[in-house]
Amino acid sequence: MMSQPINSADVHKAMLEQQKSQDRRKMLLNGALLLLLLAAPFALYPVFLMKILCFALFAVAFNLLFGFTGLLSFGHAAFLASGAYTTGYLLSNYSGLTTEMGIIAGTLVATALGLVFALLSIRRQGIYFAMVTLALAQLVYFFFVQSEFTGGEDGLHGIPRGELFGVIDLSDNMNMYYFVLTVFIACYLLVQRIVSSPYGQVLKAIKQNEPRAVSLGYNVDRYKILAFVISAGLTGLAGSLKSVVFQLASLNDAHWHMSGEVILMTLVGGLGTLLGPVIGSTFVVNVEYQLSQGPLRDWVDPILGGIFVLTVLAFRSGIVGEIQKFMRKNLG
Amino acid sequence: MSMIFGVPLAVLLGQLLIGIINGAFYALLSLGLAVIFGLLKIINFAHGAMYMLGALVTVVLFDALGVNYWVALFLAPLLVGVFGVLIEYFLLRRIAGQDHIYSLLLTFGVALILQGVLTNIYGVSGLRYAMPDVFKGGFNLDFMFLPYYRAWVIVVALLVCFGTWFMIEKTKLGSYLRAGTEDSQLMQGFGINVPLLVSLTYGFGVALAAFAGVLAAPIYSVTPTMGSTTLIVVFAVVVIGGMGSIGGAIITGILMGVIEGLTKTFYPPASSAVIFLVMVVVLMFRPNGLFGKEA
Amino acid sequence: MTMTKKLLTSAVASALMVGGAQAAISDNTVKIGYLADMSGTYRDLAGPNGLKALEMAIKDFGGKVNGATIEVVSADDRNNPDSSSSTVRRWVENDKVDMVAGMVASSVTIAVSKILEENDRLGIVSGSAASSITNEHCTPNHIHYVYDTYPLANGTASAVVKEGGKSWYLMTADYAFGHALEADVTRVVEANGGEIVGSVRHPFPTQDFSSFVLQAQASGADVVGLANAGSDTTNAITTASEFGVTQAGQTLAALLLFLTDVHALGVNTAQGIQLTTGWYWDMNDETREWSDRFMKETGVRPTMVHAGIYSSTLQYLNAVAATGSDNAQAVRKQMMDTPINDMFTKNGRIREDGRMVHDMYLAEVKKPEESKNEWDLYKILRTIPADEAYRPLSESKCKLVNN
Repeated sequence: MMSQPINSADVHKAMLEQQKSQDRRKMLLNGALLLLLLAAPFALYPVFLMKILCFALFAVAFNLLFGFTGLLSFGHAAFLASGAYTTGYLLSNYSGLTTEMGIIAGTLVATALGLVFALLSIRRQGIYFAMVTLALAQLVYFFFVQSEFTGGEDGLHGIPRGELFGVIDLSDNMNMYYFVLTVFIACYLLVQRIVSSPYGQVLKAIKQNEPRAVSLGYNVDRYKILAFVISAGLTGLAGSLKSVVFQLASLNDAHWHMSGEVILMTLVGGLGTLLGPVIGSTFVVNVEYQLSQGPLRDWVDPILGGIFVLTVLAFRSGIVGEIQKFMRKNLG
Repeated sequence: MSMIFGVPLAVLLGQLLIGIINGAFYALLSLGLAVIFGLLKIINFAHGAMYMLGALVTVVLFDALGVNYWVALFLAPLLVGVFGVLIEYFLLRRIAGQDHIYSLLLTFGVALILQGVLTNIYGVSGLRYAMPDVFKGGFNLDFMFLPYYRAWVIVVALLVCFGTWFMIEKTKLGSYLRAGTEDSQLMQGFGINVPLLVSLTYGFGVALAAFAGVLAAPIYSVTPTMGSTTLIVVFAVVVIGGMGSIGGAIITGILMGVIEGLTKTFYPPASSAVIFLVMVVVLMFRPNGLFGKEA
Repeated sequence: MTMTKKLLTSAVASALMVGGAQAAISDNTVKIGYLADMSGTYRDLAGPNGLKALEMAIKDFGGKVNGATIEVVSADDRNNPDSSSSTVRRWVENDKVDMVAGMVASSVTIAVSKILEENDRLGIVSGSAASSITNEHCTPNHIHYVYDTYPLANGTASAVVKEGGKSWYLMTADYAFGHALEADVTRVVEANGGEIVGSVRHPFPTQDFSSFVLQAQASGADVVGLANAGSDTTNAITTASEFGVTQAGQTLAALLLFLTDVHALGVNTAQGIQLTTGWYWDMNDETREWSDRFMKETGVRPTMVHAGIYSSTLQYLNAVAATGSDNAQAVRKQMMDTPINDMFTKNGRIREDGRMVHDMYLAEVKKPEESKNEWDLYKILRTIPADEAYRPLSESKCKLVNN
């Protein structure tokens, strides 16, 4: 935290200036990132980029809950998978549905499931919260394994990408990419908005000191439930998009390892920062992909484990968090 | 033959007994987890990996040096315990005082490393470990055939569980432990080496997991991944019992074994999920688990 | 000897394809992608050693086909269809991979075959068990080489029933693979005059089978059939042996058991179990010769999947040489037209649905006193002729078959 300014106009002005230059820097950075994302599919493989975007959205959604509200859910795989399965099932079986309708349905199902999870778990603290969400997600996994419509361990395959609004052909990778990018940016801005809103401030207050937030008269549970539901819905959206991009949905999405992986992504990128989860998921997806292709392909899991250990020990604030610290120290 | 819900009574009795045996096994695994959390507030996600390590070390010691089962019963937990002390000393100590969640993430990473590296060395098909000759055969109870080895498992697991509970809750050493981990400065002042105590406690907790691993070696397929599913179940047991409650972990372990056993009889597909159902229900009514004290 | 034969065929083939044909091999390179589980549950049955088998095939072929270089890329499928899709898409769209080999988990195989169909490349599946791969999920772009659930059930179940094992108790892994096996076994048992007296569906994975073994014992069935795979099967067998299932007079029949599984169990525990396999290393001089070379490379004996990867890669390269092209359809057609005669099988043939049908073998795990070394594990009891073993085309739901 910055030290409190002395009650002097000069200092205040300097602070404002600094704030402005920081904002300018931020805008510049965001603009550069946007350009990069727009141009990326011309240089890089679009399906891979879409995979990164889907996981980035997943991590951003997860971070809203863990990073900004302080609630560690160990069951987010359930939302990812319910979004993916719902969208996949609907688009495969009802050809009258346009793609966005399938995606909206997937998101809604995940949101509803999120509400159920939230109502059952929100009063639990810390590790108990993590464990209840894990238990609920295991029950959902069991349901998916048992159900016919998920195709069991074979999964759902050949999900048609269809046409967006019945007009734009999504089987074209470029169209699909810009659609996913648009959704991603919209969600990112939404989360940014939430975090900087008064509501988001309350969430942060809850994270820092819940009893105080209670004593200030906030209905903490309601705030937490809403955060959970939004997070679950966005996670479901990520799953829905993913099922359309890859044209498949599988049990891997529902497995608890997936819930672990999103923690890793968020942590590596920077917990409680906006950009962190995006950077983190880009990093993790890339590491996993590159490693699985290269001479170290038999060693992906232990290397991911090593990254976990290293992050917790040495870079707890993650890539973005560490950069921010560095900037504050040297440029502040 | 008398039937209960379409299941012959004899079968049901057998299932109950099997449930208790598996429960004793769960209790043993949960115990270490509860000790580590109860005394150190570390959420040890490497517990499954330590269990696996115990079994693997048993097999490797036998194959390489001909170390027999009885020696392994002491040696494997000892080696794994020392390994645990090293992990505490070099890794966990550095995040002491941080949120518990970080210990979960750190140990999860450690588990991934152990599992991955050992898979590359030993493969996944499973290593062979012969049942010691003394245990060949079994009791012919009226309602089932009880292998000697299962009888041994239940006896030894319960003994170790009770012994550990007694040591921590009822002896002077236990009171030092509890005091040392609760108010380390005070105990430091009394001349007790608290950091050493913490290392040893962690080592002891994982040694219990390794002990369960040795017990598992003759009856389950020993693979580097054998701990990963067990881990989640055992965590559920500890949470239901109340994180950190040692007695709670033991009782809940046995209870869950029985519930799982009954599910295996009446609706087998749900037997891996039932424990999570119980957990959700229990935590709804008792937020800190069946035997937990405070949040 | 086999080596010179292979070299000769390739030499003859390239001599026949003088000039123009070579241009049909795109970029003058044949690129093979090996995709398999390198680090998870299925690592040992295919995995890194499967890559060795593939490389052996290329080396034995001579390293070049009609003057074009043969390149291999490989990746861990992480048992995850998303990751595998990314990998294979990049392989076919950017890296110009012509053929994808390996493939184990059914979710991975089905996902990959869709991509291959979209891009008109060839896939040769050696690891997967699901018979749906050449049934409802068949494509004109893949071949299923080694085995599937249909002959597994067929071979073991019919043999055991004919030997007098009339009443069955099934332990089924509770997922699509287990259900498929269960359905197939039930059909075969009943067709041969036996009956299923009970069954239990256990979660996947399960470590402790004692409860299920107890139920199987209580059922009084002649045969306990294991419709599961991997560590579930080995755990079930270990527990059955501990609880004296076979001593009490019941027979164990495992429907899918790999050599690596039996090796892990050891003959003491696994003795007497009957199983169906597509290949065994110790069948004749040819298989032994290749297996010795494989063992030199890897330190272990090959599974049927390893042998299948080797054989199918050689067949593929022969077809490329013969057609002078790496076009998927041309090569697949050539492979379908050429009966397979090598150390893997005699008179194997690839049907229009992509199923390679070949003789399968009913084997029994040897008794400790019969087994001469740690890999001397099977006694071949019977050869199951190809036509009897696999699902007949008349029952096929494949879109490529006119029914």
